[in-house]
Amino acid sequence: MSILEIKNLHATVETPEGTKEILKGVDLTIKGGETHAIMGPNGSGKSTLAYAIAGHPKYEITGGEVLLDGEDVLEMSVDERARAGLFLAMQYPVEVPGVTVSNFLRTAKTAIDGEAPSLRTWVKDVKGAMDDLKMDPVFAERNVNEGFSGGEKKRHEILQMQLLKPSIAVLDETDSGLDVDALRVVSEGVNRAKENTEVGIMLITHYTRILQYVKPDFVHVFVNGRVAEQGGPELAERLEAEGYDRYLVGA
Amino acid sequence: MTTTDVKGAESAGDPSANEAVGHAAGAAPVAAGAALEGADTAAAPELEEENLSLPGQEVSAAHAALNRGARLRSFEVAEHAVPKSDIEEWRFTPLRRFSALFEDAPTDDREGDPAVDYQVSVPEGAPAPTTLAIGEAPRGTVLVPEDLPTAIASARTEQALHLVASKNTDYDAPFRVDVVGRGADRRANAHLVLEAEESSSSIVVLNHTGSAQYAQDVEIIVGDNARMTVITVHDWDDDAVHIAQHHARVGRDARLKHVAVTLGGSAVRLNAIGEYAAPGGEIEKLGLYFSDEGQFFENRLFIDHSAPNCTSNVAYKGALQGKGARSVWVGDVLIRKEAEGTNTYELNRNLVLTEGARADSVPNLEIETGEIEGAGHAAATGRFDDEQLFYLRARGIPEIEARRLVVRGFFAEIIQQIDVPEVRERLSAAIEDELARSMN
Ligand SMILES: Nc1ncnc2c1ncn2[C@@H]1O[C@H](COP(=O)(O)OP(=O)(O)OP(=O)(O)O)[C@@H](O)[C@H]1O
Ligand SMILES: [Mg+2]
Repeated sequence: MSILEIKNLHATVETPEGTKEILKGVDLTIKGGETHAIMGPNGSGKSTLAYAIAGHPKYEITGGEVLLDGEDVLEMSVDERARAGLFLAMQYPVEVPGVTVSNFLRTAKTAIDGEAPSLRTWVKDVKGAMDDLKMDPVFAERNVNEGFSGGEKKRHEILQMQLLKPSIAVLDETDSGLDVDALRVVSEGVNRAKENTEVGIMLITHYTRILQYVKPDFVHVFVNGRVAEQGGPELAERLEAEGYDRYLVGA
Repeated sequence: MTTTDVKGAESAGDPSANEAVGHAAGAAPVAAGAALEGADTAAAPELEEENLSLPGQEVSAAHAALNRGARLRSFEVAEHAVPKSDIEEWRFTPLRRFSALFEDAPTDDREGDPAVDYQVSVPEGAPAPTTLAIGEAPRGTVLVPEDLPTAIASARTEQALHLVASKNTDYDAPFRVDVVGRGADRRANAHLVLEAEESSSSIVVLNHTGSAQYAQDVEIIVGDNARMTVITVHDWDDDAVHIAQHHARVGRDARLKHVAVTLGGSAVRLNAIGEYAAPGGEIEKLGLYFSDEGQFFENRLFIDHSAPNCTSNVAYKGALQGKGARSVWVGDVLIRKEAEGTNTYELNRNLVLTEGARADSVPNLEIETGEIEGAGHAAATGRFDDEQLFYLRARGIPEIEARRLVVRGFFAEIIQQIDVPEVRERLSAAIEDELARSMN
């Protein structure tokens, strides 16, 4: 079973106004099989945390550690991190013109497994996973994220998670902008992955709605670049009722 | 309503990206004169130039490149000036490299040893290839040289190769002309006439390999209601130089797809012209180039909307890698007064893969009538999109492979539209080769 340990993580980004510190000492540990909800106001640094874990070149890590099963993630390249078992479902998935979903998925699977998947089972797996997520088979032949609606992009992210079977998955606002039906479909996808693999999940969200479908074991309040409080599912209820004001006063 | 809009970098995550987009009219016929209002000229892009002229406008210095229709055309070699870099249409071109082609010299054929070897094959049932002497129609009815090298090519080619697709005939297999240069020090002149008779359907593939100093005219006559695809592939050795003029006239309700592919050669410059003999014509121009270290590839095109209700659609994509890799794309579109109901769009995109390479991209749109269906253009030069690379790599795909995917994807839009599987496959393989060269 995997374990992701984030210790006192600091990260900055270059802005036109100069270097800006966004992550200000994040501490968080996620074990395989656990689901951690991360909730926090806009601009508090949730996506930055997700990108920093995945290794986006825009963010410079200025302090702290990220370990996956004891291995130093920060020393790994972006693709090495993914091959080590990390997965990031992005808040704003990127369009890749001219690259079909089916080609993309097969290339990614081959890279992660270190060998090409057996054609017969792979085609079946892809079709089955798309079916589960209520994605029309024609998506396989469309270009990655090109012209996808917001909801389609999110399903496509979860499709990838289901097929690539990461040990730790960071889902950045996968629920935002989904209607109720789509939310249910996507949540079921996440739950299936939880059942079938020992994946540990970091679920970044603004809304408690998804937590009715995907039950968190822990809830973390993320404010001003760090975890301000943590608790069980009941913390989400309280945030829903009270908002973040309590945390912002001191910030 | 319609607006003209000129805006800057479009591709996020890439500060060096430049995007120039323009629209002169929307879906409904409108007075194009009104289209410039509200244009934000202050936001003009840096790398690309963009020229738009509309009826009733003063022709400013910035628009000196326009008036494309007035350029000198003549069979007389003496009437053409020797190219100089202060002449607008040569300003990007490395003239020294092409200098051999500015000499009025004959083809360097030797006893049993031609400068250039031609293999010509026609599809089953097609007329055997013939030749046309200077002045023998249809030779010279469409193409009149626009510069010195192509005037020499015409004057120095006594017998032009003439390929004909017969009336009312559909050919599945392509006509093929394999041009094999037999020495970088050897001059060769050529004139080809490709003729599609009424209601025929044909494909012609011109394939250039080996090495030569090659000056070439390709005259394309597409009869009424005919469909023709002409694919020219420049896959020369590293020391070849090639200047060509292609000139096509498209008949009533006829359709031409012209595809220009440049992969190899020291310096290749193609001036491709398309015009319309009657209403209802359609010209599609596709281009793909991959310029490596030290290579110079120039594509100039001119769509002359000379008849009403015709359409043109232009899409060129290029990738550049290595020190001194250069490309130039100049897309001139002229909508003449009589060309009401015109619909035109042109696009050029360049992907700069490494430091030290440079792409120039200049769309010119000249509109003389107020009654057009639509006219637009876009040009952009960018580096790899970091966000695309990140997305692919975040799925475990190693960087080299991710780059490959992005480049392949970039060209896919063009390659998919090439209707000869064999050419398509060859292009895909050639792109893989180019990438393997830079990325391993
Ligand atoms: N590339 C960047 N350039 C400049 N500022 C950035 C950049 N990336 C993030 N920031 C800033 O860092 C802060 C945190 O951004 P981040 O996207 O991580 O927040 P978030 O918690 O995910 O917000 P949201 O809930 O709106 O998604 C914001 O103030 C944002 O403007
Ligand atoms: Mg965010």
